[in-house]
Amino acid sequence: MLIGHPPRPAIAMTFDLVLNVAAAGILTGLVYGLMALGLSVIFGVTRIVNFAHGEMMTAAMYGAVLLFATVKLDPLLAAIPIGAALAVFGYALQSAVINPFIDRPEHSQFMLMVAVAIVLVNGLLMIFGPNAQNVMVGYAFDSYQLGPLLIDATRAYAGAAALLVAGLLFAFFRFARLGKAIRACADNQFGAAVVGLPVKRLYALTFALGSACLGVAGCLLVLMIDVSPPLGPAMTLLAFVIVIVGGLGSMTGALVGGVLIGLSEALAGLVVPPSAKSMVSFAILILVLLFRPQGLVGRRA
Amino acid sequence: MRARVLLSLLAVALVAAPFVVSGYLVSVLIVALYFAYVGQAWNIMMGFAGQLSLGHALYVGLGAYTAAALFVQSGVPPWLGLIAAIIVAMAFAAAIGFLAFRFGISGVYFALLTIAFAEFTRIGFDHFGWVGASAGLFLPVSQRSGSDLLALRGTPTMFYYVILALAAGAFALSRWLLTSRIGFYWMAIREDQDAAQALGIDTFRYKLAAVVVSAAMTSIAGVFFAFYYNNLFPEQIFSIGRSIEIILGPIIGGLGTLFGPVLGAFVLQLLAEALREGVSALGLEIPGLTQVFYGVCLLVVVMFLPNGVWPPIARRLRL
Repeated sequence: MLIGHPPRPAIAMTFDLVLNVAAAGILTGLVYGLMALGLSVIFGVTRIVNFAHGEMMTAAMYGAVLLFATVKLDPLLAAIPIGAALAVFGYALQSAVINPFIDRPEHSQFMLMVAVAIVLVNGLLMIFGPNAQNVMVGYAFDSYQLGPLLIDATRAYAGAAALLVAGLLFAFFRFARLGKAIRACADNQFGAAVVGLPVKRLYALTFALGSACLGVAGCLLVLMIDVSPPLGPAMTLLAFVIVIVGGLGSMTGALVGGVLIGLSEALAGLVVPPSAKSMVSFAILILVLLFRPQGLVGRRA
Repeated sequence: MRARVLLSLLAVALVAAPFVVSGYLVSVLIVALYFAYVGQAWNIMMGFAGQLSLGHALYVGLGAYTAAALFVQSGVPPWLGLIAAIIVAMAFAAAIGFLAFRFGISGVYFALLTIAFAEFTRIGFDHFGWVGASAGLFLPVSQRSGSDLLALRGTPTMFYYVILALAAGAFALSRWLLTSRIGFYWMAIREDQDAAQALGIDTFRYKLAAVVVSAAMTSIAGVFFAFYYNNLFPEQIFSIGRSIEIILGPIIGGLGTLFGPVLGAFVLQLLAEALREGVSALGLEIPGLTQVFYGVCLLVVVMFLPNGVWPPIARRLRL
């Protein structure tokens, strides 16, 4: 049942409230999961740790803001062109800048991505300025009532879309020939090259796919939170927290980790001030790194 | 021999600088020397021992806050606060290093762990009332005509000589470490940890030593920062951007080299300052421009000079 612009009923700190917050956290977590999925896919195949992940997503969010401000394009639809644009960017970045670094030492790759991140986030700052911007869609204040649950329409659509895109990506890697070829590269780069797979092109394609996920995730996220340049590094960190909690390189792990972090941040918001919420995620990260570095879902390398 | 001559010339130039250049340029040189110093400290951990820290702002912040809070809340003089700051930073570093190395965390996981601890601490300080939380901690600035080195209160020139002494000390310490037994152990670990272990080097102990030494040095920079700038905000001092700024100098200058961190810091800060001046001379103010410039420098160096700027120069000068 759709309720248009209702005055929010005041909910006491009860079981209902916890349930509502948890539901919202899970839906946000699905979008986080999609973002982290991009990072995980890129790392799983190319072994590149994308330190520019959040920055790229912030760029996508600004793209959605721009499209909404200029042509009134709903971010849910903007996800398609922006996902495509990020895919092109990702492909170009991998083939022009990152591919020469495949055999370089790990720290050298980090530095490269850190440099890309610095340029991106501050480029955004130069273009869009430091103020937070947002998208006010017509259904921003709508919500659905499901028994005791009151779910924001934006969050519900975003969560569903994230799940859909993640499902498509899973299906692609499971069933498509190209997806299988990419998995072959991930399993054994040398073997894949021996059987004639164009490894570097497939790497670029993987980066494009991961970036496309990110573009979609950005469009969905802009429905829920404001965008400003500092969001970039924060989101990079969040994506790392999620993939490490889930297991770096594991696709299911990224989604599970996303939901877990979304849920725990939302629940933490009930007991600590909002600004301290992410402390919970970092605490989870530190614990997982120390006691289960392969992640909750991942296998030991 | 050539290295000696070069070093002496550099030393003379730097000692004489405040008498020659304007006050404005002294403030720019202070920033450059500050980054040369922290770069040198970070270089011990990454350049010598091969342990990548992307959260070194943690130790700057801990040092700054320990000394400043003791000074503001209890009137503890800065040089005593410095000792407390070093102890706090070393304790944190030992705990982090112990956990990370005991659980066999390395590479990207280690780097992320350092970020996680820095971020965790940043948010913690944001809610730590005793040190002012997110509203910041301010050191009282008393107007003085002279300089009081014992109270770390004085003119920019005094701070210039303090940071120059620190940078020179860090350089000398690094130089000594590089030729000492521990330095060779570190380099063995950096090149191949398994081989080092097989040769009987206690890799756990020496990696831990690298983290603790580097953190102790970095915390001193934090104390300097606190008393030079007189205000501290967790958001600024612990942020990941600060950690990145620390590592730019050594990476651009040359990882693992002695002159690299110094050269990198000076080149970067002087160029960035020139850029800022140039842009403001045009009547513009573009936030983020300096950082974009840093990013482009880093990108170009990492892509085309993977060993940094210093090694080719050193070869050219036949040092």
